[in-house]
Amino acid sequence: MSEGRKLSQPHLLGIRDLTTEDIRLIFDTAVQFKEVLNRPIKKVPSLRDTTIVNLFFENSTRTRISFELAEKRLSADIVNFSASASSVSKGETLIDTVNNILSMKVDMVVMRHPAPGAPELLARKISATIINAGDGTHEHPTQALLDAFSMEEKIGDLRGRHVAIVGDILHSRVALSNILCLKKLGAHVRVCGPPTLIPKWISSLGVEVSYDIRDTLKWADIANILRIQLERQDLRYFPSTREYALYFGIDRAMLEELGQDVIIMHPGPINRGVELTSDVADSSQSIILQQVENGVAIRMAVLYLLAPR
Amino acid sequence: MEDGRVILSSKPFQMVLDRLCYALIENYNDFQGTYLIGIQPRGVLLADRLVARLKDILPDSTLQYGQLDITFYRDDFRKHGKPLEASKTNLEFAIEDQRVILIDDVLYTGRTIQAAMTALGDFGRPSTVELLALVDRRFNRHLPIKANYTGIQVDAVDEAYVKVSWADQDGDDKILIFPQKHEVQV
Repeated sequence: MSEGRKLSQPHLLGIRDLTTEDIRLIFDTAVQFKEVLNRPIKKVPSLRDTTIVNLFFENSTRTRISFELAEKRLSADIVNFSASASSVSKGETLIDTVNNILSMKVDMVVMRHPAPGAPELLARKISATIINAGDGTHEHPTQALLDAFSMEEKIGDLRGRHVAIVGDILHSRVALSNILCLKKLGAHVRVCGPPTLIPKWISSLGVEVSYDIRDTLKWADIANILRIQLERQDLRYFPSTREYALYFGIDRAMLEELGQDVIIMHPGPINRGVELTSDVADSSQSIILQQVENGVAIRMAVLYLLAPR
Repeated sequence: MEDGRVILSSKPFQMVLDRLCYALIENYNDFQGTYLIGIQPRGVLLADRLVARLKDILPDSTLQYGQLDITFYRDDFRKHGKPLEASKTNLEFAIEDQRVILIDDVLYTGRTIQAAMTALGDFGRPSTVELLALVDRRFNRHLPIKANYTGIQVDAVDEAYVKVSWADQDGDDKILIFPQKHEVQV
């Protein structure tokens, strides 16, 4: 225990704002919380006087449970809010909703919202600490942090290593946050998917673009496979999921043919049989469940480091 | 920076460590069912040395030794401008029904020990807990906590700072006292 480093930001709005040192501090803290999670009593009293509201304006299972567990493991008081059961459906604005909640003395807000930039708007208008749990197609910083943390845990330092991000890059906040995070940690990043799902501007982030899944898997140490986000697609970007699976889906036969021990990741939920077959998702090459486990430790670290003091 | 005053130099320092080891042996014999736990970060430096010395004296004993970090249990979390950074906790043996000896370098307000006992409870229910401190600042306690084994007692005003310096970390085994904490490069 020592009075040490602190994050350069008062909120976690996106990976874009974080420095490499910030990411290292979050990882170092998460290692200690991971140890806490393996104790008989998986709980510490650090945030027992902190109240956190989880504002979810969009569906979520994993992220919401993960944040909720992280908050409970830190002994915070929590309030859950989902948009469908609230005054939002009566037409209340975001700022009004949040200000009403904050007048009940809430210290931190974890928010998922379908509009890109919504957490940034809140951070400017209100006094509580904001943590972005996904804003539309923009960023999902804690997912990127837990992905990179899981990668380092598996293969060590990411500097100079090859990481592929495969699938729906256009609609994915996970892709953008992942790219920003991995670049800050010094990895080489390549995106791969159908041309319609890879935006033209993506190369401006310093990533390679490929439309060939086999070549990409050959190149990569790690492949982070993203979900095809059918719910965000306002028009058809590829003819059918069957055709997508045929050209970009990864199955055991393909991995064996490549003779490559590429590590497979997926932020979930998986469309089994589309982007990944079950024999790949459940294989020893996949670290999908470790990602979920690390998610709680990473979120504990972020909450601990940003808690008001 | 004004240098601190040495209150225990290297030679008597070794004698104090030896005395503490023999005091433990007197009570714990071969350390069966006993768990020595150093409190991170500086209590571990003391515990490392005691454990090494105990192994010299009792080569056949099986010592269970671990390190406990109490950062997440501190009650002064809000009083610092920056978050407190945690060190590693490493308790690979079960604590349940063990005789635990907590080890820290300086016993001052007692708050660290209070946090350590709360933390211990999360790992199980030890049969007994004792405390060993190299330095006992007996007039500065904020809580009713007392050490079972002490190296030296130091009577100093609240503002004073006592530092245990270690040969492998700081160049020399000794205990220093400074009039004020900010004069110390920790």
